[in-house]
Amino acid sequence: MRSRLGKVLCALAFTGVLVAGLAATPSETPIVGSKDFTESIILGELLRLEASREGLKLDHRRAMGGSAILWQALRVGSIDAYPEYTGTLTQELLAQLPQPVSLEALTRALSELGLAMSSPLGFEDRYALGVPETLAQRLGVRTISDLRAHPTLRFALSNEFMSRADGWSGLRAAYGLSPVTVRGLDHSLAYHALGQGAADVTDVYTTDPEVDAEHIRLLDDDRNFFPSYQAVWLYRLESARRWPALESSMQALAGHVTLSAMRSLNAQVQLKRRPESAVAAQFLSTTSPGEQGWGRRLAQRTREHLALVAVSLGLALALGLPLGVVAAKAPRFGRAVLGLTVVLQTIPSLAMLVFMIPLLGIGARPAIATLFLYSLLPIVRNTMVGLSSLPAELITSAASLGLPWQVQLLRIELPLAARTILAGVSTAAVINVGTATLGALIGAGGYGEPILTGIRLNNVPLILEGAVPAAVMALLVMGLFQWLEYLVTPRGLRLRVDA
Amino acid sequence: MFSLEHVSKRFGTFVALENLTLQFPSGAVTAVIGSSGSGKSTILRLLLGLELPDAGLVRVDGVAVSAANRLAIRRRIGYVIQEGGLFPHLTVRDNLALLPRHLKWSRARIDARTLELAELVEMPASALTRFPLELSGGQRQRVAVMRALMTDPPALLLDEPLGALDPLVRFELQERLRQLFRVLGKTVVLVTHDLPEAAFIAPRLVLLRAGRVIQDGTPAELYERPADDFVRRFVAAYRPPPLPHSKVSS
Repeated sequence: MRSRLGKVLCALAFTGVLVAGLAATPSETPIVGSKDFTESIILGELLRLEASREGLKLDHRRAMGGSAILWQALRVGSIDAYPEYTGTLTQELLAQLPQPVSLEALTRALSELGLAMSSPLGFEDRYALGVPETLAQRLGVRTISDLRAHPTLRFALSNEFMSRADGWSGLRAAYGLSPVTVRGLDHSLAYHALGQGAADVTDVYTTDPEVDAEHIRLLDDDRNFFPSYQAVWLYRLESARRWPALESSMQALAGHVTLSAMRSLNAQVQLKRRPESAVAAQFLSTTSPGEQGWGRRLAQRTREHLALVAVSLGLALALGLPLGVVAAKAPRFGRAVLGLTVVLQTIPSLAMLVFMIPLLGIGARPAIATLFLYSLLPIVRNTMVGLSSLPAELITSAASLGLPWQVQLLRIELPLAARTILAGVSTAAVINVGTATLGALIGAGGYGEPILTGIRLNNVPLILEGAVPAAVMALLVMGLFQWLEYLVTPRGLRLRVDA
Repeated sequence: MFSLEHVSKRFGTFVALENLTLQFPSGAVTAVIGSSGSGKSTILRLLLGLELPDAGLVRVDGVAVSAANRLAIRRRIGYVIQEGGLFPHLTVRDNLALLPRHLKWSRARIDARTLELAELVEMPASALTRFPLELSGGQRQRVAVMRALMTDPPALLLDEPLGALDPLVRFELQERLRQLFRVLGKTVVLVTHDLPEAAFIAPRLVLLRAGRVIQDGTPAELYERPADDFVRRFVAAYRPPPLPHSKVSS
């Protein structure tokens, strides 16, 4: 009996290793990543299409997250290239370099990391201050310095701009601005605020399509405060050697994406709600390969989402169940384990995903690891509680029979606690279905992809395309577990409910 | 078969047994009586190795009970507790088969033994496929006794086996147990707080108070020569039936 339990545990552990191993297999196709905003995704699509014109199949992992995530992913080799801005490199990613950073210093620092930077794409996406055109004309404001004469203008600044050193605090000091009203708000709301006359000045990105659409005048940075944010490709030297077509595709695009072109590409996606790939294809005058129908997209996302939930839950069961058993038998250890899982639970899921990237790269693996950690608490706790709350006379009775502990556990204690344990597994599964949508932030796919894109584009139908199947899956999972609970509850225990 | 030598056992600050020395010879039926908390149940738990003594020695067939040998010792002892301790997720048959199956008994052997014991405790064969919650209290205790006897161990320990039963069933089962113990000839230790029950079933009574033996003898000795005032009060603590001349108002 001892050996049978051992075999079961070994098999579970082996399955875990196997799954992890499969997920780690390196890809044969180069991967371009993009950040979680429209412009970056369009650029990613441009590179994918350009590469395909040159006969190279390139995978595009869309909207993986912010600069920090993409930078990490590139450095660990989870992706081979992504579009970046020179300002982000000098101000954030390589902020340790002596300022101002020369091009040579930047190239050298990158090559030390095994990375390289392409020639500029042809546009700059940097911060600027914008004022409605009509107001600007009335006041005669052309430069940022001109704002000093109008301290009553109401500033509505994005939260990110407010918190950055190269944002509001630096700008205010450089120009000696002291406006009466400064409020922080979400970037996507700033244009609405300006359009409705609720604010007069906001920070914008130079390529925002709303600059044209809402008739915003960008003020001249006459003291050259804002650093340059030239769009470039960042890529791995090793990848460029392995796939020469990758490098030539990047160089082919360099110098050809002008500011007005980029703004118009953004406008077509954000304001006219056309898909990024179609917009990119139109720009390159080519057709977009790889577009899928609605049904196939749903099937693909369902597969990805289910895989995330099932694999993470399986691993959590393989570890959580034995851990819960040990915790029930050794209360001191149990409290420590429970404390640890509680701490894991308090880590925000986004932060957890970011922690995982240096360890596991991007894609399904870090998402599965995150979901696995979140699943541990309900499984460990319910196993522990289920076992330790069995009636004392049954424990005594089981012990007095003269059966070894393994047999007691498998034949008596686990079946009696099965309902409680399963309730924990079911909780973990339902939570996983929801949390797995965040996996899209790090390129794990699933239902989160349309949700994130929908949020970014303020496109409700697109959000629903992910949210509705996720809700349906959560309900199905719950139903499945209710049925399982009925199955694992021995008939002798169901009587208690009937009686 | 069992002996306790200068055994002490505490639970926190509560003294369950204090320097207790007691023998239970092979083949003898002994009842251990006393009030709640007098340490009766602790004796059984020590014999089974469910607890280990703080001081002194507990021996089963001359061998000191330890963490290493208690599994083997438990297989030589049948144990019955108040509510039967039957596992609600298993049928009567599966409850009975737990240990035999682990010992690799054949199905036929298990079935034969089950039927033999069902006859012994007067349990209808039709009840064997039921779950414990579908049985009456008396039937559950019969099954508990059957389970304790499955592998025919040389000793039987019973902890308030009839404590939760209604008086009629209890009366009937007292008779049944007394006969059973005579037929089986096993070493039996019966723990109860019911003196008439103990006196009816066992030829030897051990009266316990606060973890010490107050009196050890036959029922007759206990009734006729109580060792001290406590024993006298314990013996007297039963209400006589109503007197025949008491009037019933009409």
